[in-house]
Amino acid sequence: MKATAMRTFRAVVCATALAPLGVLAAGAELHLDRAPDRSGDTAALQHGAKLFINYCLNCHGASFMRYNRLRDIGLTEEQIKGSLLFTADKTGEPMRTALRREEAKRWFGAAPPDLSIIARARASEFGSGADWLYTYLRGFYRDESRPTGWNNSVFANVGMPHVLWELQGGRSFQVEQVRARSGKGPTGYEKVVATYDEEGRRTEKVEPLAGADHGEGARTDFGPARGGKLDQAEYDAAVADLVGFLVFMGEPVAGWRKQLGIYVLIALGVLAVLSYALKREYWKDVH
Amino acid sequence: MSIDEELDCGRRRLLVATAAAGGVATVATVVPFVASMAPSERAKAAGAPVEVDIGKLGPGQMMVAEWRGKPVWIVHRTPEMIAGLRRIEDRVADPESRRDMQPKYAKNPHRSIKPEFLVVVGICTHLGCSPTEKLKPGAESGVEADWPGGFLCPCHGSTFDLAGRVYKNKPAPDNLEVPPHMYLSDSRIVIGSDKKAV
Amino acid sequence: MAGAANYQKYKSDGSRLGDLTEWVDARFPLTSTWRAHLSEYYAPKNFNFWYYFGSLAFLVLVLQLVTGIFLTMHYKPDASLNSAGVPVAFAAVEYIMRDVPWGWLIRYLHSTGASAFFIAVYLHMFRALLYGSYRKPRELIWIFGVFIYLCLMAEAFAGYLLPWGQMSYWGAQVIINLFSAIPLIGPELTVWIRGDYVVGDATLNRMFSFHVVAIPLVLIGIVAVHVAALHEVGSNNPDGIEIKKKKDERGIPLDGIPFHPYYTVKDIFGVMVFLIFFSIIVFFAPELGGYFLEFNNFIPADPLVTPQHIAPVWYFTPFYSILRANTVNFFWVDAKLWGVIFMGLGVMAFFFLPWLDRSPVKSIRYRGPLYKGALAIFVVAFLILGYLGMLPPTPGRTIVAQVCTVLYFLFFLLMPIYSRLDRCTPEPERVRWK
Repeated sequence: MKATAMRTFRAVVCATALAPLGVLAAGAELHLDRAPDRSGDTAALQHGAKLFINYCLNCHGASFMRYNRLRDIGLTEEQIKGSLLFTADKTGEPMRTALRREEAKRWFGAAPPDLSIIARARASEFGSGADWLYTYLRGFYRDESRPTGWNNSVFANVGMPHVLWELQGGRSFQVEQVRARSGKGPTGYEKVVATYDEEGRRTEKVEPLAGADHGEGARTDFGPARGGKLDQAEYDAAVADLVGFLVFMGEPVAGWRKQLGIYVLIALGVLAVLSYALKREYWKDVH
Repeated sequence: MSIDEELDCGRRRLLVATAAAGGVATVATVVPFVASMAPSERAKAAGAPVEVDIGKLGPGQMMVAEWRGKPVWIVHRTPEMIAGLRRIEDRVADPESRRDMQPKYAKNPHRSIKPEFLVVVGICTHLGCSPTEKLKPGAESGVEADWPGGFLCPCHGSTFDLAGRVYKNKPAPDNLEVPPHMYLSDSRIVIGSDKKAV
Repeated sequence: MAGAANYQKYKSDGSRLGDLTEWVDARFPLTSTWRAHLSEYYAPKNFNFWYYFGSLAFLVLVLQLVTGIFLTMHYKPDASLNSAGVPVAFAAVEYIMRDVPWGWLIRYLHSTGASAFFIAVYLHMFRALLYGSYRKPRELIWIFGVFIYLCLMAEAFAGYLLPWGQMSYWGAQVIINLFSAIPLIGPELTVWIRGDYVVGDATLNRMFSFHVVAIPLVLIGIVAVHVAALHEVGSNNPDGIEIKKKKDERGIPLDGIPFHPYYTVKDIFGVMVFLIFFSIIVFFAPELGGYFLEFNNFIPADPLVTPQHIAPVWYFTPFYSILRANTVNFFWVDAKLWGVIFMGLGVMAFFFLPWLDRSPVKSIRYRGPLYKGALAIFVVAFLILGYLGMLPPTPGRTIVAQVCTVLYFLFFLLMPIYSRLDRCTPEPERVRWK
């Protein structure tokens, strides 16, 4: 009887605790593409490292990342020294940016952030940091109203230009937005389609929607890329490699951490079994 | 009797097994904590080998390089200085460098790779002061009348000759340490590494 | 428990170890302490699952102290920017994560340990609510325990500033600004707490001092008196009856067993199971989806940019929710001050529990539906408040939080009534196994 009461009590606690979660969780959505997993793929990570050093390190630093840590993705000291060591003299030094902070501030308005742990910082309830970076680096479009001439579909009015432009080429961009009609006149909903052509010129079309019940929201779409060194699939793969490297750089020890974790769990499992046997042995006296 | 004994034996075996496994696990847990006090990557990077240009170092001159935060002396010895090393062998404590204060390639009468260039860590082997250079022979250095040239430690008066060998009956027990080093060319040396890979 | 003075001094059996023990025991209460607190400390034999969390909390305390000592060897509380434009304190954490040998492991043990500490303490407190462990004669154990909980909150708050990330910074900004709600002296008080007009280097340094010296000292002291008080009156048990009422001819409780070896071996097993769960987090999910290490805290503190959404770490969120739930000015006091008052009362309410509970029985096993229902509602309200505290507020959520806040306080306020009216069943004479 007591047991039943206890069980009911537990069931009530669980049910009432979890019920409202679904209702309350709804919020603004940010759609992110899933970044391919590159962990452990040394060839891809080395390619990513090369892209990072060639394209990112000009403006961003990675001040917590030492060049010799690239050994963890299969590069030798000579390879690092020979082809990757541009902003330092010794492989033990961190990846500093080639750009001076004061100059960066003057050019971009703010100093570009340090990228050492950007892949961890960009994680959110919408996806991993890798997902965000993967979407972001594939989300640039021309916008002539911006000082750099570039804008981004996940980071509106970003200060950074599209540095991988020569790889991807130019594309048109379209945002389709359904919103409540503002201003005078009858209330209702309207659809706004903003298009940026490959030169970044913006055109906007507004059409009223019949009916009163439309969910608000936005949909984005890119036109095909033209004039880049890589085709779409190659570009996506290159960005995935770069993002894979950023993830590696965010926590270079992650691979070893998981490997060690297995050993630790095996050891703890053995200890748990032993200590349980010991406990039973002693408790024979009590029972 | 036998039931009790069996019970106790089983218990003892289990206790020993658990204690042994627990002991191993505890030691394994201590390792990361002890290891965390070793030099970090930053310290290792700061202590990385340094390249020094010795092309402009004339005979009889000395320069100081910094390696791992310590002064490293590089002395361009003249032929007279090298010849003088032999004459004071009976006055120094370890003339043949028997004690392990140098890499193998510097275990020779002049304690260096090339006889004319002495490379030593300028830290007294007594208690870690940095000796002052007294390269000039004789009274000019203010050490003693028959001073053949070398180094004097200001802290406790230990003296060293021009090969970094400590004089007899001084507080310092050992010759000055010769760091690992090698020649990249005739005029460039690396201090801190003697592996060709670097 | 008999005082340590009543024990016979150790007599050597002639062996070398025996001689040494006798020598020490003649000069130090060695064997008497061992006997009084371990081998002849009689604990009820019917402890269940909920009784693991006291020793686990102690284990985590030791873990936090040891890992903390090693982290302090490498950390620098310095808000100034280094040559790469990153705050030194923030860089110091990444230095530990990358450059210090095994630093990553020590740091993850410490960051996961912080959350584990609260999990253990919350479950330990829940155990007290289940079995009436705060009731006479254990009021002081409970009060010391609530002080431990308060200390832990202060310790966690101070420690959370040290990584000097965005959440560290803005979390501290918000919490310290709570004090500005105090009439008259509030604004000056906040400046004094920060030592600056904004959260800055001075704030970081004093929080470092609190976190590594002041609060741990106090914490260890209160833990000691918490255990001392426990060993004075003896442990409660899932039946909520006093085992000391029934003793054998030698004065040993019939339902008591020596803590050592029975509960030491049992707790060691509990520790192993705990460490398995703990290691899964440390090695495979140290961020635990942003709940143990918040994503925004991987961005260095920036006094000019507030993150989109600030949420405290999960263990503070129930009280944060209560703070936010107060949106109405009444009795000439504005909502902000009411929020602070209610948040404070929310923690303080626990102190009064021993005197609010008027039930004739202690354990939930013999209580009636009223207490069971009240406790269930309280737990649910607490969990919902905790969940809401992690989310940005919306009008709907605020109403839910207000309802839960009321339910939270009603658990305490109405306890003298429902605990007395409850239909209890008689307690047994002797403890029972489940």
